[in-house]
Amino acid sequence: MSVLRLAVHRLLYGVAVLWLVSTLVFAFLHLSPVPAERVIGGPRATAGTLRLIRADLGLDDPVPVQYGRFLARLASGDLGDSHAGGEPVAALIAERLPTTLWLVLGAAVLWFAGGVALGVLGATRARGAADRVTTVLVLAGLSTPPFVLALVLLSVLGTGAALFEAGPPMQEHFLRRMTLPWLALAVLMVATYARLTRSAMLDVLGEDYVRTARAKGLSRRRVVYRHGLRAALTPVVTQFGVDLGALAGSTVVIEKVFGLQGVGQLVHHAITLGDTPVIMGVTLLTTLAVIVANLLVDVAYAALDPRVRPA
Amino acid sequence: MTGGGRGMTSGSAWARLRRDRAAAGAAATLLLIAVFALLAPLWARWTGHPCDAAFPATGLAADGTPRGPSREFWLGADPLGRDVLVRAAYGARISLAVGVLAALLAALAGTAAGTVAGYAGGALDALLARLMDTALALPHLLVAITIATTFQITSAAGSLALTVLVIAFFSFAALGRVVRGQVLVVKERPFIEAARATGAPAARIVVVDVLPNVAAQVAVLTSLLVPAAIVFEATLSFLGVGVRPPMPSWGAMLGEGGAAFRSAWWLLAVPGTLLLLTTLACNLLGDAVRDALGPERGR
Repeated sequence: MSVLRLAVHRLLYGVAVLWLVSTLVFAFLHLSPVPAERVIGGPRATAGTLRLIRADLGLDDPVPVQYGRFLARLASGDLGDSHAGGEPVAALIAERLPTTLWLVLGAAVLWFAGGVALGVLGATRARGAADRVTTVLVLAGLSTPPFVLALVLLSVLGTGAALFEAGPPMQEHFLRRMTLPWLALAVLMVATYARLTRSAMLDVLGEDYVRTARAKGLSRRRVVYRHGLRAALTPVVTQFGVDLGALAGSTVVIEKVFGLQGVGQLVHHAITLGDTPVIMGVTLLTTLAVIVANLLVDVAYAALDPRVRPA
Repeated sequence: MTGGGRGMTSGSAWARLRRDRAAAGAAATLLLIAVFALLAPLWARWTGHPCDAAFPATGLAADGTPRGPSREFWLGADPLGRDVLVRAAYGARISLAVGVLAALLAALAGTAAGTVAGYAGGALDALLARLMDTALALPHLLVAITIATTFQITSAAGSLALTVLVIAFFSFAALGRVVRGQVLVVKERPFIEAARATGAPAARIVVVDVLPNVAAQVAVLTSLLVPAAIVFEATLSFLGVGVRPPMPSWGAMLGEGGAAFRSAWWLLAVPGTLLLLTTLACNLLGDAVRDALGPERGR
């Protein structure tokens, strides 16, 4: 019952955040010192053309009317049209989404597996080689911006791949093209997850029920993996939900460096054109994705661990 | 960390910090980089290359590619024929100033929000806590890009101010949450209850009794915010939404290097190394301060 209540509570909160962000987006559109008709019409548009564009966009209506229309459109999944090309923003994003999803998915698998493995090693063999590697990696991970690592990887290991240029479509040489971007995104995150897994494991391994399991005569290996790891994974999974937002930002930079034609490049291109609807569409969708991910994590967490359920 | 005997604790903490060799190395590195930044006009005078001036005749080869380190350009030239050494020094000023300012601003806002939320409790706490949760859940870089692109600011000072504000906004929540948690603990201590029993006003209790007890925590968190802010600024400028060209910052220099990296390694090596050294030293120092203040909490 309380899991359901938590789910509803979180869902309402998620809707509220989404409403808040979309209202901010609407405010930004109106506060922008560069009016939309300027971007659409271009520098040589006449005053008459600009007036026509304004009327067409409904920019002369009262602000509350515009706000209502904006929310109604959003609710029906319409993110508006690009100011630069006129295409629907939703269609532009849908076209680029697979590349970004592959990038994120591959990197996530790498860092999750690598981080948990290093963390378990560090916890079971404290002050061993894995533990020391993790300490160095944590420091490097906190200190290195992903784009610097990406640039270094590309300069040192890149084999004639385009730098800052559009590459061939994703289907060609998929693995060869994705390996370096995956590494650039994952290597720095591995450290955070290793540290998190390690401290969670150490906490769990000190608990009474783990000692009981050992006293019952279960092997150390079995206790570590059956009891320790299972309980230690919950905070790690929670962190995963939190990090999705940061990851969305990193893809913009990684896609720029490696010339991947994903959503990040769409945003970067939109920055140079001042194409606000595209940037805002991506921001809104990413916020939605982060909220949904966190909702799933919270609910799964509560379902797995009775201690965090609201009383 | 205990509230009582603060003087003694911080005294031994200072002694512990001074014995830490990694911390000493980090502090020396930061000092060197700060001196390098402060002496920027001197580098410009010695080389005869003002920061934003281009010297295509001497800085670029016949085919238009930048020349590497030489007696004329100590750390090479960039694709426009500008001096990388001079720009790196002026860029250091921007990177350090933005990082420190944004971290201080975030610390101020975070401490205020966390203290008010933790001490006041009730509806105000719920509101502030939710606000901080929301700020943490937003895709930081994307929202920062949205703000920077919407308010197309072209002046140098304006772009700097906006960058600082954006970074501070996205950093205050993490600190605010920790401060709130600390205040919730401190609030229940007997000496606070005693102060309340004497009828002291809440504002006075917060300033005199609560804040000194969270100050150590805030100092550690702030020192760890500085490298994060420097990285954030570098990323924004790399994408072209941070400081405006021709103003140099390490991130902007990395972005401007562009396609020339493969043949001109110094365009990546110089700002990249400076950026990494700075953030690494800041993190090492922050970790050392944290360990020195509470060795029992060390990992």
